[in-house]
Amino acid sequence: MVAHLVRLKLALLGNGLRRSAWQVVGLVLGLVYGLLVLGLVVAGLAALSTQDTALRQTVTVVVGSVLVLGWWFVPLVAFGVDATLDPARFVTFAIPRRSLLTGLAIAGLVGIPGAMSTVTSLAIGLTWWRDPLTVPVALLGAAAGLALAVVGGRAISTVAAPLVARRRVRELLAVLVVLLLASIGPALGSLSGAAVVSVDEHTFDRPAQVLAWTPAGAPWAAAGDAAAGRWGLVVVRLVIAAAGLVLAWWVWGRATAHVLVNPPHQEAAGPRKGLGWFGRLPATPLGAVTARCLTYWVRDPRYALALVMVPLTPVLLWVVGRGSALVLISGPIAAFFVGWGISADLSYDGTAFWTHVAAPLRGVTDRLGRVLASATIGVPVVAAIVVSTAAVVGASDDLPALLGASLGVLLTAYGGASVVSALVVMPVQQPGENPFATRQGTSLAAFLSQTVGWMAVIVLALPEIVLAWLAVRGGPAALGVAAALVGLVLGAIVLVVGVRTGGRVLDRRAPLLLHRLVSFS
Amino acid sequence: MPDDVTPATPTPALALRGLWRRFGPKIAVAGIDLTVPAGSFYGLVGPNGAGKTTTISMSTGLLQPDAGQVLVHGRDLWADPVAVKRTLGVLPDGVKLFDRLTGEQLITYAGLLHGLDRDTVAGRSRELLTAFDLVDDARTLVVDYSAGMTKKVALACALVHAPNLLVLDEPFEAVDPVSAANIRDILASYVRGGGTVVVSSHVMDLVQRMCDHVAVVARGQVLAAGPVEQVRGDGSLEDRFVELVGGRVAAEGFAWLRTSSD
Repeated sequence: MVAHLVRLKLALLGNGLRRSAWQVVGLVLGLVYGLLVLGLVVAGLAALSTQDTALRQTVTVVVGSVLVLGWWFVPLVAFGVDATLDPARFVTFAIPRRSLLTGLAIAGLVGIPGAMSTVTSLAIGLTWWRDPLTVPVALLGAAAGLALAVVGGRAISTVAAPLVARRRVRELLAVLVVLLLASIGPALGSLSGAAVVSVDEHTFDRPAQVLAWTPAGAPWAAAGDAAAGRWGLVVVRLVIAAAGLVLAWWVWGRATAHVLVNPPHQEAAGPRKGLGWFGRLPATPLGAVTARCLTYWVRDPRYALALVMVPLTPVLLWVVGRGSALVLISGPIAAFFVGWGISADLSYDGTAFWTHVAAPLRGVTDRLGRVLASATIGVPVVAAIVVSTAAVVGASDDLPALLGASLGVLLTAYGGASVVSALVVMPVQQPGENPFATRQGTSLAAFLSQTVGWMAVIVLALPEIVLAWLAVRGGPAALGVAAALVGLVLGAIVLVVGVRTGGRVLDRRAPLLLHRLVSFS
Repeated sequence: MPDDVTPATPTPALALRGLWRRFGPKIAVAGIDLTVPAGSFYGLVGPNGAGKTTTISMSTGLLQPDAGQVLVHGRDLWADPVAVKRTLGVLPDGVKLFDRLTGEQLITYAGLLHGLDRDTVAGRSRELLTAFDLVDDARTLVVDYSAGMTKKVALACALVHAPNLLVLDEPFEAVDPVSAANIRDILASYVRGGGTVVVSSHVMDLVQRMCDHVAVVARGQVLAAGPVEQVRGDGSLEDRFVELVGGRVAAEGFAWLRTSSD
């Protein structure tokens, strides 16, 4: 069964590559990138293997824990779990659950991230080569760590998926976003009082010691204890790792068994009141498109997930910048991501986009409606982030400059995204699909269009960004006002040009885009 | 037969002229010519993969043909899509709807996209919901609808702007017999009122009873087209279809499929 599933995964990868040459290029690029990162990690570990035992243990525990925690939690916020081998697809075959799970776990290692993790684990194990007695323990620990990474990741995403699909949880997520937004100010204020952290070779001693007692770090810590002759501890670490593995396996097995006979089903929501936004906005095609998008912002978790990242930006920047004025760039960054978000709008519509293609709808109306809906949420969110970050670092004098730059970036990103999303669509999760699953076959064309679009937006917004930068760095107040004016005027121009160009492109290409969307499904 | 209601016009409701479409190496539609007279109830039948859906998509502006022309009431669809689409009602197959809207919202959305005003949309969507027996579920999300209800609400969306030409891809799939009979009545009265309907279907019997014209499509070409009586001749439409399309396999063998034999 294991061999079957691994072969199936390889066949699926191969067929995906056969479908388009761009995917081969994508895979090669991914491979080159993976090899570069892997080379750095392995070189670092090789250098480490000549250092003393304590440092070796600290570093291997930290690196290993990052690996495990990455497999566990990264799929929840980004990338997603590879859904090519979804357990639900095997429901009609009489496969014992145990062999299905083993096969899925091992097949999960096929692919670039899996191969990179395998080599990294092996390298961590081999850092102990100078200590022959330790090597078997280290390799055993590395194998346990890798298994924990894969199985634990599957367990967490299988358990979390139905939760996120549930309305209540989605509403809870939305509330959390609002709370996070509101708490940025006070949180950052209290952080600035904390001592400045300095990094040296002992910085990670404490975290490593704590991690070594958790399933994520224990398998990697066993080798260091063996090298130091603490054999009792070795047993304890391995028991922790084994217990974690058994627990993850059990949870995954239970959750999979449940999913197999209870396919995820959205509970039927109660009846709605009236027409919602359709009753409130003008009864025109533009009003209808806007109302539809706004309804989706509320009802479709994929849109909500995109917004979750926004309030995290200032928090991250605050931590990275250690309370400096660096946090002020979160306004423009959040504006960029909120604005650029609509570049995936058509892809999110999926084949339902035919409604627009079949209707006598001008491309411009389609573009503008989507921008208006996003702006209804985006403008207040961006303004809130700008005002709260400025308040935290006491830069309220710079508000005109910051608001100008942020709104300028927002409008520019709307303009750019309006053009790009009329050019290229990409496969995304369908509504109701596991929001953590990734779709195969994101083409290089999609990737390139995104990259070029990003750069174009940054270049077009550069005037207000530079002006705002100068104003914040102590320029005269007039500079701030200039940044605000330039941002609003230039942003508005880019928006108008982008919406009109995108509309014209869409008029021409809508049937082609629909055909692509149909072929994704 | 609907000619006693509509003044007979020389321009057909839908005319396909040399329509071609290929997907990679596969030619899905290989030069289809078809004339759908105004006021007719036209059936499009063909085996799986015959190119029915591709033809319908190209006739309704959803898929660009590689070559050929689509004339709706004499106007070239692909030369002026926005104007021609106003007169078209479409029910495609195998695509989703904006299913995070309620049934009522979805019909309203379709109406507003076609430029109707608020009161017209409200009145018509109420009537359509009643006709399709969806009143109780008007405020339920379409994603929670059954397959048959989804078909019905999509059909309501195709009708809301009172098109002259209705093109429906597999409208009866997954629809229960009672609803199917209601839909047939609605479509028949639409045709009596001067509208033109094109439906694709696998169900020969249904097409034979419901349609006045039929075209048999296979391998991307029209094998026979015209009034139903003319196409089927003396036999049933199904016999004629099998004769035209071929591909019947004698049901021999499969001894292992007899469950009693083990």
